Amino acid sequence: MSEDVFNIKKLNEEYFCFNTISELQNASEGILKDYLISVKDCICVKDMETTAGSAILKGYKPLFNATAVQKVLDEGAKIIGKTSQDEFGFGSFSLNVGVGMKYPLNPINKNHVTGGSSGGSACITKLLKNHISLAESTGGSIVCPASYCGVVGLCPTYGRVSRYGLIDYGNSLDKIGPMANTVKECALALEVISGYDSKDSTSLNVPVDKYSSYLERDISNLKIGIIKEALGDGTSEVVRNKFDEMVRKLRDKGAVIDEVSLPLNFKYGIPTYYIIALSESSTNLSKFCGIRYGVEGDLKESYNAYFTKIRSENFGNEAKRRILLGTFARMSGHRDAYYIKATKVRTLLIKEYKKLFEEYDVLISPTMPNQAPKIEDATKLSPLENYMMDVLTVGPNLAGLPHISVPIGKELDLPVGFMVIGDHLKEGLILQVANEVEKNV
Amino acid sequence: MNVDCELVKNIAKTARLELTQEELESIKNDLSEVLIAFSKIQELDTKGVSMSIQPVEIRNSFRDDEVKESLSENEALSQTNHKKDGFFMGPKSV
Repeated sequence: MSEDVFNIKKLNEEYFCFNTISELQNASEGILKDYLISVKDCICVKDMETTAGSAILKGYKPLFNATAVQKVLDEGAKIIGKTSQDEFGFGSFSLNVGVGMKYPLNPINKNHVTGGSSGGSACITKLLKNHISLAESTGGSIVCPASYCGVVGLCPTYGRVSRYGLIDYGNSLDKIGPMANTVKECALALEVISGYDSKDSTSLNVPVDKYSSYLERDISNLKIGIIKEALGDGTSEVVRNKFDEMVRKLRDKGAVIDEVSLPLNFKYGIPTYYIIALSESSTNLSKFCGIRYGVEGDLKESYNAYFTKIRSENFGNEAKRRILLGTFARMSGHRDAYYIKATKVRTLLIKEYKKLFEEYDVLISPTMPNQAPKIEDATKLSPLENYMMDVLTVGPNLAGLPHISVPIGKELDLPVGFMVIGDHLKEGLILQVANEVEKNV
Repeated sequence: MNVDCELVKNIAKTARLELTQEELESIKNDLSEVLIAFSKIQELDTKGVSMSIQPVEIRNSFRDDEVKESLSENEALSQTNHKKDGFFMGPKSV
């Protein structure tokens, strides 16, 4: 066992940030040759158990690499394992892990949550140097844990990074993106994993920017909008103060910063996001039936009884809840009022963002309305209260907009995250602003 | 929207899930609360608004119709014990 693997196993015994740890491969040459890479468990790595955090996929070892994984391997990266997460990405705290699995602990204070759903990725990113994690976001699952654990997390434009080899949560929402300790490392990783892929029909066939070149630019010519709804009563005073302090510094650097408003997104974003995400996920999860891969049962059961037993025993509570909600929203008699309606509201929400980007280069807000809550407090929240935690992150995810969370220091010993949102394919601009934020912490 | 145990049982049957009485009661209450919150979108006028199936415009995304290498039969069957004569084996349907 190499020293790296030994150390990572020790860390995992303390923080539970991995579902699988691998022996390191002999890496080839490339721009990531000095990096260890962890991969969220919902992203396929050839011959490495990949469960998306669910008991129903126990034992599944993909026969192929996800495109994003293949790209980092081609650049010399060494993959160290699969990070723990909410089952299929169903959560904001990484507490909704699969049956029999352990949830990751916050690397700064183990009594607090990591955030979710890419909690294991954020945790190990905070604990390791020269490491990048391939995480995934559907409604905020990259920036939320990045904010709670004090690391940088970037969610790209929908379609910028191929979804081939990603175990779907919501097909119209899922994005693979990097987490790292610095903005520069995120830019580097994004350059590697971005690009058109004929294996993903929703992959965007446009050239990849040289993202790292944006880090050399200052922000004096940029116009920035502060999303005013993100600084209301629902956001803690500690977070607001820390955010305001950084805004003052950005103003001093010459950026023009105004207050802007997204009334429709803040009123309708949560229900619209959840109806679409749950409708898509309930469809996606219908394929897990214990026949071709993952857990298996006794085939003596009758047809429907077999599938029902496998699914009932191996999906966790939140997965069941989301399957039921999504199935309801797509059922005859309810489909027009929920799923179809939500896809139309989504159009209006995207237009609201696009209107602002006619005038502003980027939008900013705190990433999360709070700092990482204590585990015991997070477990007391009702499902609806859990869903409301995503209020600041569902908007850019529904609209497929690139966004990044940068840590802006700690208060009461826990980190606070600063979010920069850009127009479609403007990853360079959000990295440019994020880099300035990082320099001024 | 009145969510009762019968409705939850019906949805669960459609989704091939069996719930314990405890799960049934708990999910019934959650569903009621969540559906009331979700219904908020009904108040927004979407007449004449088109659906957004994806957040970015993607048109005519076709690849060339070429035969390419894919999984062999053995590879495709390698993840399960439920197989026979080169086929997946499932539970009895009749």
